[in-house]
Amino acid sequence: MVVMVLFAISAGPTGSSDLIFLLRTAPALPPRLLIRRPVSRRSSADRPRPASHRSSSAGSARSSGSCCSSSSAPPPPRRRRFLAGGSDAGRAVATRRVLDMGAGENNPLGAQNAWDMLSEEQSQKHITTGSGDLNGILGGGIHCKEVTEIGGVPGVGKTQLGIQLAINVQIPVEYGGLGGKAVYIDTEGSFMVERVYQIAEGCISDILEHFPHSHEKSSSGNKQLQPEHFLADIYYFRICSYAEQIAAINYLEKFLGEHKDVRIVIIDSVTFHFRQDFDDLALRTRVLSELSLKLMKIAKAYNLAVVLLNQVTTKFTEGSFQLTLALGDSWSHSCTNRVILYWNGTERYAYLDKSPSLPVASAPYAVTGKGVRDVSSNHKRVRVT
Amino acid sequence: MANMPVSEMRLPPHLAHLLAARRLDTAKVSPPLPFLPPPPVAGLRPTPTSSNPRVRLSIQDVLSLPEVELMAVLDAGLPTARAAVAHVSEAACPPCQTALALLEERVRLGGGGRLATTLCGLDEALGGGIPVGKLTEVVGPSGIGKTQFCLKLALLGALPEYYGGLDGRVLYIDTESKFSSRRMIEIGQKSFPQVFRQEGLAQKMAGRILVTRPTSLTDFTKSLEQMKVTLLQHDVKLLIVDSMAALMSLENERATGFRQHPLRWTLSFLKSIAEFSRIPVVVTNQVRSQSNVDGYHFSFEVDKKDGNNCTGGFDSHLVAALGIQWAHAVTVRLVFESHSGHRFIKVAKSPMSPAVAFPFVVETSGVTLLSDEGIDVTGPEITSIRCQGKNVLAQ
Repeated sequence: MVVMVLFAISAGPTGSSDLIFLLRTAPALPPRLLIRRPVSRRSSADRPRPASHRSSSAGSARSSGSCCSSSSAPPPPRRRRFLAGGSDAGRAVATRRVLDMGAGENNPLGAQNAWDMLSEEQSQKHITTGSGDLNGILGGGIHCKEVTEIGGVPGVGKTQLGIQLAINVQIPVEYGGLGGKAVYIDTEGSFMVERVYQIAEGCISDILEHFPHSHEKSSSGNKQLQPEHFLADIYYFRICSYAEQIAAINYLEKFLGEHKDVRIVIIDSVTFHFRQDFDDLALRTRVLSELSLKLMKIAKAYNLAVVLLNQVTTKFTEGSFQLTLALGDSWSHSCTNRVILYWNGTERYAYLDKSPSLPVASAPYAVTGKGVRDVSSNHKRVRVT
Repeated sequence: MANMPVSEMRLPPHLAHLLAARRLDTAKVSPPLPFLPPPPVAGLRPTPTSSNPRVRLSIQDVLSLPEVELMAVLDAGLPTARAAVAHVSEAACPPCQTALALLEERVRLGGGGRLATTLCGLDEALGGGIPVGKLTEVVGPSGIGKTQFCLKLALLGALPEYYGGLDGRVLYIDTESKFSSRRMIEIGQKSFPQVFRQEGLAQKMAGRILVTRPTSLTDFTKSLEQMKVTLLQHDVKLLIVDSMAALMSLENERATGFRQHPLRWTLSFLKSIAEFSRIPVVVTNQVRSQSNVDGYHFSFEVDKKDGNNCTGGFDSHLVAALGIQWAHAVTVRLVFESHSGHRFIKVAKSPMSPAVAFPFVVETSGVTLLSDEGIDVTGPEITSIRCQGKNVLAQ
């Protein structure tokens, strides 16, 4: 893989020196993209770090191609070594040795190099949504360590998708799932336990269909495939005001520290109380942006997926009234991924509106008695008993 | 949980002293009943800032003020302010339950988790009947049978449990003066003849149904406030509001932005009443014609903008009143519509039902289903409302 050489070294020993290197390397050697990103967990507490490095928004590190401002200049010896002549491979080896920013004395910036990030991302598992087409446009499913916003008109299936994800995250590892637990924060009261039971049963029956010999395996420490076990691993909070919503998200950090196997946090819906109780829009915007920063921090720190369900509202753009997701324009920047659910003809469609690594695309899905599934030719209606 | 006084929260002593010094120990967010929102007051409540320290702090302020302001108001350092926020959040956060515990509680309540409507097909689709503790909306054009449906539900709320009722009082808020006790007794006599044949039982049943007729939104707000106490004292088991849209239309004179406000408060109030008292709340809604102000498509659906489902004939394009915020907030929405000569009840929005429609008629015994086998409805038709008017002059 040959990568174009692109480096800009701005002068100035302090302040705003932004360094982006992409080295042309021999095909065998991996490219090194250096992003300075504060990784507070990696560096030890007593290492002196410039204060400007410490940015509480982990989201800023995701902006591709740029890096956050650094205040300390790279020590001159490194630069000299980089500019020294020599063969490509030799130079690459030298710089690889020098610029290897793992945790240690060579890494005063607390950064993580992009190759490690790439291997980390590739080894991440995704949470399946139940529908193959929907998984396809999402790149395998809902990503961990990211905040995904899902919005749609009333009745299109947002709560159904939320419940399906809460069940699917619990699929055991040997069947291709994450084997984790779920936190479901309910602000509207649309979490109906009988439906959750039904979806758990549907998920189990699909697992048994795909892995027909699973009941023969002895599962000593693994979850038995019973709907009650799936329900027992969903932690449910019922929120009745926006103050409780803020309190719950603040408390979540401590809660997740105690329950380390939670892999998804679903908030259904994040909009409801903020539409009801707020007249002061400036306050609302501030509170919401703090909320989204905390959620991003939780997602990164505990390696879980955060899914926020949102409502729609009408907005006057381009000469007509159109539907758009609620909570305003500033909120729309807060989430990493955005999926919009809508009706197209007689089918439900999901449209990936925003993603850092995937193209925009739509895919159909269906809500059946067993939960969210692919659209099939024959719709068999299952009676709710 | 957010209204707990600070003295009851188990905070570390230094934080408790700090918050007490700011008179936070006596400040509460809402009136004694948990999570019932206070009615809207004119003007904004003064918020405590560093320049205005004499205003009382409330839990909402502790959680929503920026850290720097909180430090200034508490006159403490950053770690203390953060610790205060963390401890108050932990105390104000509602308790965690597992979904299994919820299921066991629902199983324990048994049939009490639903109000059976005696329309078998509809009950089966809804998983037993109208859900308890959630807001159910009945929407349809005028004259289709919404009030008849509500009358039957009111009767069912009052009936003894042996006959499938809730055996409690029913609060019926009638804003359009459509409640007719004569008609309700007639429905009762035809649907439950064995009950109404007994001496005095009819009077007892009718005596359990309390009807109020607010004439304006302020009346309604006042009666809702009083209702909080009534619900607890009088063992009310069902609340019916017929209809919500009539009240909101009285506020048309004001600016659009402000018109939303009484609706929002009423919405929060009804939802909290339903959950806190664990009663089903049924609300009726009107329809209005589509207008340009309603958005129908997202910005990426460019080719759909001019396409309309114009079927011609007498079908009119109707949408439910009260807007999209209301549509999001209700848990179950039943659409009553008429087309091709029949009337249908459609389960338009429900977290646990498939999209089905049932044909019905209104007889002397109230709303009756013509068939218990629902018709599958695919696509967004489940949420559309059609009204085929009868053109009497054309005959």
